[in-house]
Amino acid sequence: MSEDEELPDLDGGAARSINSTAVSGGGGDQNYVSPSPDQVLENVLENVLYFLTSRHDRNAASLVCKSWFRAEALTRSELFIGNCYSVSPGRVTNRFKQIKAIAIKGKPRFSDFSLLPPDWGAHFANWLRAMAASYRALEKVYLKRMCVTDEDLAITAHSFPFLKELVFVCCEGFGTDGLAIIARECRHIRVLELVDTDVTDDEVDWISCFPDNVTCLESLIFDCVETPINFEALERLVARSPSLKKLRLNSYISIRQLYRLMIRAPQLTHLGTGSFNTSEIVAQSEQEPDYFSAFAACKSLICLSGFKEIIPEYLSAIYPVCGILTSLNLSYANISAEQLKPVIRQCHKLQTFWALDSIGDEGLQAVSVACKDLRELRVFPVEALEDVEGPVSEVGLLTISEGCRKLQSILYFCQRMTNAAVIAMSKNCPDLVVFRLCIMGRHRPDHVTGEPMDEGFGAIVKNCKKLTRLAVSGLLTDRVFKYIGQYGKLLRTLSVAFAGDSDLGLKYLLEGCPKLQKLEIRDCPFGDSALFAGLHHYYDMRFMWLSSCKVTRQGCEEVARQLPGLVVEVIASGEEENETNEYVDTMYLYRSLDRPRPDAPRFVHIL
Amino acid sequence: MTMISEEHKKEKLGFEETELRLGLPGGGGIVNEDLVKNTNANGKRWYTETVDLKLNFALKETEKGENLQEEKNLISCSNDSVKPPPKAQVVGWPPVRSFRKNIMAVQKSSSEEGGGGAATFVKVSMDGAPYLRKVDLNMYKSYQDLYGALGKMFSSFTMGICDSQGMIDFMNESKLMDLLNGSDFVPTYEDEDGDWMLVGDVPWEMFVGSCKRLRIVKGTEAIGLAPRAVEKCKNRS
Repeated sequence: MSEDEELPDLDGGAARSINSTAVSGGGGDQNYVSPSPDQVLENVLENVLYFLTSRHDRNAASLVCKSWFRAEALTRSELFIGNCYSVSPGRVTNRFKQIKAIAIKGKPRFSDFSLLPPDWGAHFANWLRAMAASYRALEKVYLKRMCVTDEDLAITAHSFPFLKELVFVCCEGFGTDGLAIIARECRHIRVLELVDTDVTDDEVDWISCFPDNVTCLESLIFDCVETPINFEALERLVARSPSLKKLRLNSYISIRQLYRLMIRAPQLTHLGTGSFNTSEIVAQSEQEPDYFSAFAACKSLICLSGFKEIIPEYLSAIYPVCGILTSLNLSYANISAEQLKPVIRQCHKLQTFWALDSIGDEGLQAVSVACKDLRELRVFPVEALEDVEGPVSEVGLLTISEGCRKLQSILYFCQRMTNAAVIAMSKNCPDLVVFRLCIMGRHRPDHVTGEPMDEGFGAIVKNCKKLTRLAVSGLLTDRVFKYIGQYGKLLRTLSVAFAGDSDLGLKYLLEGCPKLQKLEIRDCPFGDSALFAGLHHYYDMRFMWLSSCKVTRQGCEEVARQLPGLVVEVIASGEEENETNEYVDTMYLYRSLDRPRPDAPRFVHIL
Repeated sequence: MTMISEEHKKEKLGFEETELRLGLPGGGGIVNEDLVKNTNANGKRWYTETVDLKLNFALKETEKGENLQEEKNLISCSNDSVKPPPKAQVVGWPPVRSFRKNIMAVQKSSSEEGGGGAATFVKVSMDGAPYLRKVDLNMYKSYQDLYGALGKMFSSFTMGICDSQGMIDFMNESKLMDLLNGSDFVPTYEDEDGDWMLVGDVPWEMFVGSCKRLRIVKGTEAIGLAPRAVEKCKNRS
């Protein structure tokens, strides 16, 4: 489960040809010419650099001198492009010649919440053209928030005959037509993963398009693909995929069908159960399959998700694997605390738990008692509205902090919260790296004291020394930003909405947080003078997003003027070119090595 | 709202969903004023009310600006169809991905038949082009917008036989024949009855509701469609 996580390191080390000018051994050969010292150095370098897999290390190595730069460029096999517009594909293919794995991220994260008009960009086609010409040996492609068409998938299948892994996270623009092409033509595909990706229904039976022989499939994830599946074809596919370890089904797969798949694949380590519901009415007399035994046969199942339309009575079938699970995602299962308890109390090894707030504070209490090893918790709302009574509150947060001391990452949606609970968590969970609290009512204060939530978040940045990612909410004054600027020295990602009193808020952030990379802000009273406070830092950031704030077009133009290496986009959210508006709708700025993108739609003005 | 032909139109546009919010424009804060403008611009007021009902469903996909832009899938049924939300809904808040919101909406509604209500993606094929494309009709506000997009996708396509509104005058059959004979490519569409029609025969909103797929054919081929299109158009009015 990598919803919004940092990209895990792609495994670096597929063995491949080091630069062909290897150091040749001894003499004796009359035609032998000793390589020059420089050549020796480069050869050694390349051999050594082969072992450097981290891109940060490689970036550092490439800065040493020209020779190191060249050697590094020749030996880098994995590429990570954090912003598809920060560099042109041509520049990349010119520099790196041996790329086997590429990861590209496109749209800014706020596009997930409809804050970016459609057709903004992030078209994979631009990158694909360059890659197809230069990286024929490409094996792995990872795309996040990119627009991909069926045509792109066809070109991908044809251009990369050794393609092994294809992962799409939060992408859109293609359909089952495209999937069929991939299934049919990518003979070496091992990993095909679609996560939170919009796939249109072209009424194509793509599962049947996989070749008939034994496949090398290791991972097939399509739980987000909302189209019917040819189940018999899927069953045969699973049966002829002995290496399959990860299988996540969509909600068109019933629990009966799940059973049939599970008994064919007891070696699974990651399972997405599909609907976990019966598609037809089961007569009382009719014998239902023994779901319990199917789970019992899965001795290696450590990651369980799905439950898209769960019938809670079936949940007891998963008991046999509870004791070995490290990851459980019930975030589509609208179940109560009572329904959760018998399951969760067996999950001693659980490290990752995602759930709906339907489990309530009481359900969280059960989690805190049972899951002492918990590292990551996400609690999503059943009703994503502002004025409802929420079932989870500061009580749940507090109890989690008391029971799960190893917590590293939390995402918590609620309707009410107190500073006291947040402060308690900051002290109980010192290992927190990610703290994202969403109090759904805008500008909502501490519901016990009536105070702003400044102190709570302040305690988090102060006490959680490893914190790199933060999202704030509730009633917040400039003071919380002062705290963040003061203590958030490792902070890389910050998400702010409906907060702050004045320009000071943003100034504190930009002046105080040296490691800030990704800053997304909406509906805050930050204006031009705050914008200028970051001029010294914008080149070190991946991006900054400001929407519905108080920056003017002139302010944005001034930033663009002073920082030519920055692309400053002004994005209009309405279709009228509303020049009369004092403030811009959205400003999105990012550094770029090349001239601004040529594919900007008419509602985007690049300054 | 009692005209029989309007009832008929409602059926044609597929009103099975009862969860449609039937509020008038201005209620619930989800109005797309431009769509209302469009209907008026076509000068056919009698479509307005029918279209609004339909659009409350389609509106979720078409809205830009203040409101929900990418609710691609199903209607959020957590907003009851009767009472408006207590506080004006803000775009993208709370920050829950539409994916998740939609799944919850599906679960909440009783015997919801999945699929259907997605964004109005239709396949577009052009004679001679190797790949199908797809367009989301809700992204466009008029025929002109659509033709512009098609023109970009299929470089040999330029739309020339319509009037300034993007519509075709079907009443004059011989004039239509002339136009078709003179054009390279003409867009046709399959409507909900399964008939292939010439694009531009009905007001835009009605087209969006009834178009199932698009096919761009040679003008001379489209001539065969003309008589049927004229007939159907006459029956409609």
